[in-house]
Amino acid sequence: MSFKKSIGERVYEAIITFILIIAMTITLYPFIYVFSMSISDPAEVAAQTVWLLPKGFSLDSYKIAFENPDLWRSYYNTLWYTVVGTTLNVFLTIIGAYPLSRKNFQLRHFFMVVIAITMFFSGGLIPMFILVNKLGLYNTRWAVILPGAVSAWNLIIARVFFQSTIPDSLPEAAKLDGCSDIGILFRVVMPLSMPIIAVLTLYYAVGHWNSYFSALLYLPDQKLQPVQIYLMKVLIEQTEEALGGLEDLGIRSSLAAQMKYTIIIIVVLPILCVYPFLQKYFVKGVMIGAIKE
Amino acid sequence: MKVSNQKLKHELKLNKFNSLYKNTVQNKYLLILILPVFIYYIIFHYLPMYGVLIAFKNYRPGKGLFAGDWVGFKWFISFFKSYYFPRLIRNTFLLSFYGLLWGFPVPIIFALALNEVKNSVFKRTVQTISYLPHFISVVVVVGMMFNFLSPTSGIINNFIKSMGKEPISFLNDARWFRTLYISSGIWQSFGWDSIVYLAAIAGIDPQLYEASKIDGCNRIQQVLYVTIPGILPTIIILLILRCGNLLSVGYEKIILMYNPATYEVADVISTYVYRRGIIGAEYSFSAAVGLFNSVVNFIFLFLVNKISKRIAEISLW
Repeated sequence: MSFKKSIGERVYEAIITFILIIAMTITLYPFIYVFSMSISDPAEVAAQTVWLLPKGFSLDSYKIAFENPDLWRSYYNTLWYTVVGTTLNVFLTIIGAYPLSRKNFQLRHFFMVVIAITMFFSGGLIPMFILVNKLGLYNTRWAVILPGAVSAWNLIIARVFFQSTIPDSLPEAAKLDGCSDIGILFRVVMPLSMPIIAVLTLYYAVGHWNSYFSALLYLPDQKLQPVQIYLMKVLIEQTEEALGGLEDLGIRSSLAAQMKYTIIIIVVLPILCVYPFLQKYFVKGVMIGAIKE
Repeated sequence: MKVSNQKLKHELKLNKFNSLYKNTVQNKYLLILILPVFIYYIIFHYLPMYGVLIAFKNYRPGKGLFAGDWVGFKWFISFFKSYYFPRLIRNTFLLSFYGLLWGFPVPIIFALALNEVKNSVFKRTVQTISYLPHFISVVVVVGMMFNFLSPTSGIINNFIKSMGKEPISFLNDARWFRTLYISSGIWQSFGWDSIVYLAAIAGIDPQLYEASKIDGCNRIQQVLYVTIPGILPTIIILLILRCGNLLSVGYEKIILMYNPATYEVADVISTYVYRRGIIGAEYSFSAAVGLFNSVVNFIFLFLVNKISKRIAEISLW
């Protein structure tokens, strides 16, 4: 009886494992394939013989990609948007969430309602577009930073974190010692809040790194466009911008296909590199958010 | 009697106001802290909400912020009468309905399967890998699709060609659009979406499993009678949210994927607003279409929430 049951259980576990391995393969395969294509010999890529692992080895496409000043400039722009944008996002989210977490601050209910309403209602695309134009932000770097300066969702996550980890007695004690609320936030609460700052930084930074739509809307000037727009032009509009000033037609055509894979890797690489180490912080954010529901 | 009652009420109100005033003065630094965020919300959220009024006006750029002559429901009527109206509604609804039908169960099944794994190294590896696509931009996802599905050099078509068949021009074929849109969406989000369910599973009382074991449940029965009922409230909440969004499909991915050859199935309300409004500069008309969409969405969410409140006693607010 018990022997039979254990066979059944073993089959069950084998099926589960099989399903998960399939899921893992489907998730990983595109990444491995793109990577293999980007470092294979261009001749093999052109002959379409690569299926999983790289065939031959060549970094020519990386060399040519990095020789292109457009890529560098858009990469720099993305870095700029990510660093400046995230700094502003995190700063505003923290100073906004802290007052909302203080129970003795009666106006917090009013502010909370003001913020929560925006999670259900918005003006939509067109009024926002007009507003950004009228504010004179169109075609400036601020157009992709200011409209999304604070996310209501992240604000709530930070508020829940403050409420659940900072005991009320702590700010009160600091106040008795003659500390103002602003001083308490920056000197007492912030040092205790590194986990939430990490979560917020990651969320906002990934958002900036991956965002393309606001740049498409507000930044017609190529000099200001982030790398996602560059990627869009190369991959989707199929322009040959990435090949830059390459004049030899033979090399040009053999690299054209490979270049598309190379550029994907260049754009995705920073995320792939930091992701495994920071994964637990990402998940933490979801967990904190889930408490509130 | 009545007069004094009124007076009392008035005084109470005054008292309340006074104490609020006092409380605010006491916490003036908290007020200073939140002020920038408040101003941000007024400018970038409430001003555009007010700006929605251009849907009832004839807005012309160059005048005041959202100024124009009132035209009533003109833009709405012309939208309802247009050839595109039924097509947009159908496309928007079907795209999110099929997305819900195919996409909603996947993270649940994935979380249930993951929960059955006893080897924690394997479990963590699968989790880490499955969350990864969530952090990749839509541009990259759609770009990879273009690469893989290219009729001349894509790996999928290479495979089809190696079987001796004609290559398919997937992205120019209206019949393939929904499948591609939905499956790539599932690929990108199933792992990440499973986190909520894993958290819910972790919250189930382990004693229930012990008890079911004593009652003679095998592993599959445990999943059916303990795990699934345990996460049902979470499933319902998320289902309400998804149903409430049945008529909102975002433009970010579609405007990268579609082209005139696939508009027939791919053009949804939000992409239409983008094309007519931003590219065509028909601000008032598109604002009206956008407003119509948000109103319908809200009514939907409200109704679905009401139904679930009555049936399952679970609601969002």
